[in-house]
Amino acid sequence: MGLLSDPNRRKALTNLLTRLNAPICMVCYLAAIVWFMGLAFEPFTLRTYMSENAMGSTMVEERFSSGERALSLAKEFDAHKTKAGGMPVEWLVKAMQARGLEVFTQSFSRKLPFPDENKERYMVRGTNVYGILRAPRAPRTEALVITAPCSPGNSNNQAVGLLLALAQYFRNQIFWAKDIIFLVNEHDLIGMQAWLEGYHHTNITGMEYSPLQGRAGSIQAALSLELSSDVITSLDLILEGLNGQLPNLDLANLFYAFCQKLGVLCTIQGKLQRNDWDTAEGYTHAAQTMMLMVLKQACGRSWGDHGLFLRYHIEAASIRGINGFRHYKMDVATIGRLLEGMVRKLNNLLERLHQSYFFYLLPSLSRFVSIGYYMPAFGLLAVILLLRALDLWVNLGAPALEAVDGVTEAEQPSGPGVLTVLTPVVISHLTGVALYLLPVHLQEMAVEHFPVSETEAVVLTAVAIYTAGLALPHNTQRLLSGEGTEQGWKVLKLTALLYLAVLLGCTALINFSLGFVLAVTLVPITASMTPHMPKALSALAMVLLSPAFTILYCVFIYQELIEAPVSVSEGWMLFLSVISQGILDHALYGSLVYPLLALFVYPCWLMFWNILFWS
Amino acid sequence: CSHHPGKARDQFQEELVIRPLHSGDIYASFQFRTLWDTDFLQERQKVSHYRLFPKSLGQVLSKFSVRELHISFTQGFWRTMQWGQPFIPSPPGAELWVWFHDTVSDVDGNWKELTNVLSGIFCASLNFIDLTNTVQPSASFKPLGLGNATDHRFLRYATLPREIVCTENLTPWKKLLPCGSKAGLSVLLKSEKLFHSSFHSQAVHIRPVCQDEQCTSKAWELRQTLNVVFDLYTSGQGKKEWSLFKMFSRTLTEACPLATSSKVYVDITDNPELFELSPATPLLSQAVVLGDRRTYSVFDLTRAETFGQLRSLNLLLRWKGDSGMLRPLLHAERYVAGFGLQTGEIHTVIYNNHPYRAFPVLLMDSVPWYLQLYIHTLTVTSKSRDNKPSYIHYQPAKDRHRPHLLEMLIQLPPHSMTEVTVQFERALLKWTEYTPDPNHGFYVGSSVVSALVPSMVAMNTNFTQDQPLFSSFVPVKEESSYFVRVYTEPLLVNLPTPDFSMPYNVICLTCTVVAVGYGSFYNLLTRTFQVDEPSLPLAKRLANLIRRIRGVPLLA
Repeated sequence: MGLLSDPNRRKALTNLLTRLNAPICMVCYLAAIVWFMGLAFEPFTLRTYMSENAMGSTMVEERFSSGERALSLAKEFDAHKTKAGGMPVEWLVKAMQARGLEVFTQSFSRKLPFPDENKERYMVRGTNVYGILRAPRAPRTEALVITAPCSPGNSNNQAVGLLLALAQYFRNQIFWAKDIIFLVNEHDLIGMQAWLEGYHHTNITGMEYSPLQGRAGSIQAALSLELSSDVITSLDLILEGLNGQLPNLDLANLFYAFCQKLGVLCTIQGKLQRNDWDTAEGYTHAAQTMMLMVLKQACGRSWGDHGLFLRYHIEAASIRGINGFRHYKMDVATIGRLLEGMVRKLNNLLERLHQSYFFYLLPSLSRFVSIGYYMPAFGLLAVILLLRALDLWVNLGAPALEAVDGVTEAEQPSGPGVLTVLTPVVISHLTGVALYLLPVHLQEMAVEHFPVSETEAVVLTAVAIYTAGLALPHNTQRLLSGEGTEQGWKVLKLTALLYLAVLLGCTALINFSLGFVLAVTLVPITASMTPHMPKALSALAMVLLSPAFTILYCVFIYQELIEAPVSVSEGWMLFLSVISQGILDHALYGSLVYPLLALFVYPCWLMFWNILFWS
Repeated sequence: CSHHPGKARDQFQEELVIRPLHSGDIYASFQFRTLWDTDFLQERQKVSHYRLFPKSLGQVLSKFSVRELHISFTQGFWRTMQWGQPFIPSPPGAELWVWFHDTVSDVDGNWKELTNVLSGIFCASLNFIDLTNTVQPSASFKPLGLGNATDHRFLRYATLPREIVCTENLTPWKKLLPCGSKAGLSVLLKSEKLFHSSFHSQAVHIRPVCQDEQCTSKAWELRQTLNVVFDLYTSGQGKKEWSLFKMFSRTLTEACPLATSSKVYVDITDNPELFELSPATPLLSQAVVLGDRRTYSVFDLTRAETFGQLRSLNLLLRWKGDSGMLRPLLHAERYVAGFGLQTGEIHTVIYNNHPYRAFPVLLMDSVPWYLQLYIHTLTVTSKSRDNKPSYIHYQPAKDRHRPHLLEMLIQLPPHSMTEVTVQFERALLKWTEYTPDPNHGFYVGSSVVSALVPSMVAMNTNFTQDQPLFSSFVPVKEESSYFVRVYTEPLLVNLPTPDFSMPYNVICLTCTVVAVGYGSFYNLLTRTFQVDEPSLPLAKRLANLIRRIRGVPLLA
């Protein structure tokens, strides 16, 4: 550190950094993008391996063979479901009791903040049914959970049938060391949330539910099953949970190991694995898979019923049966054997799953990118913000140094007042608070005055407040401190840059994908923004790279990646529904993406908007 | 013995009770009782001649001045809601409670040695009992034998909820029996079947009792009990049909020759609606047990006709229909609420299913020190109203020295659910305090609910020798109620656990950062900088020296 304590050398270093600031930033940005895209390149990634000893070396034999029974149970379930017009509670209770489980039910109700138009629900009332297989000679301290949602229409009947058949088979085995809970939840995630809150006796989302009567100790792992056809061609593994949380990688490894063992085609993000990594197609395929994971993780919602378990430190994944156009089909018994194997290995666990990674990206099921490999991509982006901040700091410091040498210190104003910086900060954040609170609270008023539905009212209010925010604050500092000074905007920008760096840094630690996606779009404009740029052009660039447009691009890219491209108008409708889903996810399950965007990212972006119109 | 060479002063009884359960499972309860009218605690006279009573235990009693000793090893959890009340309840894992004689001066020392000795006798990890998991309950564990000692300074109670019970514990337990596993009922105790069950519990209870009705002399009673529940699905192949052979893969051919009485009881109260029993026996017996009058078929193994022509007894029970079960009047459960690794809440729920009678229960909770209870958050609610306990005994924990002990007397309203909640914070352990092996988490022992439950029928308060053993374990003091002890499930709690492979990396990293980064930054921030003046040449310095002496201005 002699480099810094020597004033001459320090000066040389800062000179270098300020002089080469722009090129360094550019290089960093490009390096970040290249690094990130390189993550999908197979030689740069690691092969997945089982870390947990208890699951790796122990042998289990899969003997489940009641596939036919599972299908007939599925049919029976379907008939009773149609008859009951929803969850056939009594039938399920009887079916589980007949299989020797301790059966309990839980009723719940939830009024959504506004109607969910995707799933057409507003007042939700339902019942969860679960049966507990008590492990012989274990004292109810640990449990595993297998869930299957009771979905409307024809879907997921086979999942419930398989669940019951597995329960029957498992009940006759002596080797269980953990209780196994078989749960059929109604209204997918809402029912799951009610059950989990009931099980842990918490209430974080304002759900109303009846208390649970039967418990089985601390839940170690959970598998959620989605199966809608009698035969399947492949199984898809879904890992992304609430707020971008992921289960321990060993759970994915376990699934992959059994797929290999039983010869089941397995996919992740609906994409099969390819072996030709050295061709352009092979690389593109891996990159697409990884991008899909990044987008899914970034949006912070639970992509299956498993996603809500993760908050409670329960490792969980969803397994979805897919019936595609392949020649080779598998029957339910094979899936049953796969689940049997997985559950038996989880049953062997001597401790909670913790050996393997919790932070990872998967370009394919057999390859993973750990946090140590993907973090530099984000780090390179964050460094840009810090470099720009350093540049500004040096700039701001330089005249102050001259002032010390100058004759009078009184003439030089001691920098811009606190108010000049504080006003835009406060006003930006108030706009953010409005964006967070008003859409849901003003929906009734909006519905009264405009010919729109509640959901549209909420989304359009959000869009309106977002747009209004652009007009509002860019002249605010003048109210208090008159003309903006050159130093004023620099201090504001310095604050905003550091704020953004901290914000993105924290976000990326919790949810890398979200942090990275935001950084990729926000860093270029925020780093280069000054009031001296051509107003119209830079305003356009800023708007096009604002958080809302980021969401819009993500929608289009996502649709492109899942090979269901949409037109602009469809994309716009999807965008609106994404916003409403984001708000709903926050209200129903406690997803944090909406408050993060509304309360922090958008205000931060507004500060830069403010700088652009500094006068 | 030497005084009455003709008449043995000790006697041995064995007994098996089979209770078909409504769930289709079957409950078998063995009791072996050895009675000996000697006095282990006499100072002058050392007991040295043993006949039926196991010498290893007798010596322990006299060495440590034990008044009463109860030890149980249980694998599995008694499902009160499916199975009703057991004859002798026990918590999962190991439980040990001992009343020492009031002449003992160093109770803790005796307790420590005793646990180590018992650990050796029963091949169990009882040596893990130390002061951090031992409590002295003030009211929940009264002596069951003679004498009314109430000074709980002489009581020690500990549980090891993690203890796993297996054949290695069964073998030493069987060795204590006079007939070993050679003859009598104990031939049924084959480990491959006993541990292929949904509940297994074995216990030893030693206490002083009255020798006869008048209680003119005192005798020592050793009761060895073994309870096992066979599962309908895993052991019974889903068929509601049980036989001795199916349960134990053995049949009975003789009584233990040393036993004065050897009987098999089959609970046929629900017969003939529920099941049929073969061979039929004309011998019936009625007993009031756990507040209910039950009828039993009795098979006396000391009589040759019991075994019939085949010279072997294989009882066969076949269910004919289903019947509902009365909800047990008292049951309790417990769980941890909340998530995350910082705080949590222990919920204990106690149900009184009596339709119109309220009764008080004693709740005892022993919580390890690493869960720091916030006792001010203790709430007791019944029927969503505050229920103030009439007696609370709370002993706070001392870190690394003793656990929390909470005892409360709570009145349970009729047909109600009472919820006791208390919040806790998880302590940060020192790194050596974590178990070295992979572990599921940290266990908290069962809470104990002891109660005098109002009885449906008059309880038998008379002491008679002919009473079946299973109905005479807990002394009945009054006719209108009976004593029940209910154990809740143990809890498994995760404490914040460091990733133990990390410290090395972290130490390296932090040391580097501290050494290189922090040190220099601190240096940089605290140092004051000034421009270094170039040092003067030697000639000028000499000139300055001379100038200073002369008193003229110095050269620059």
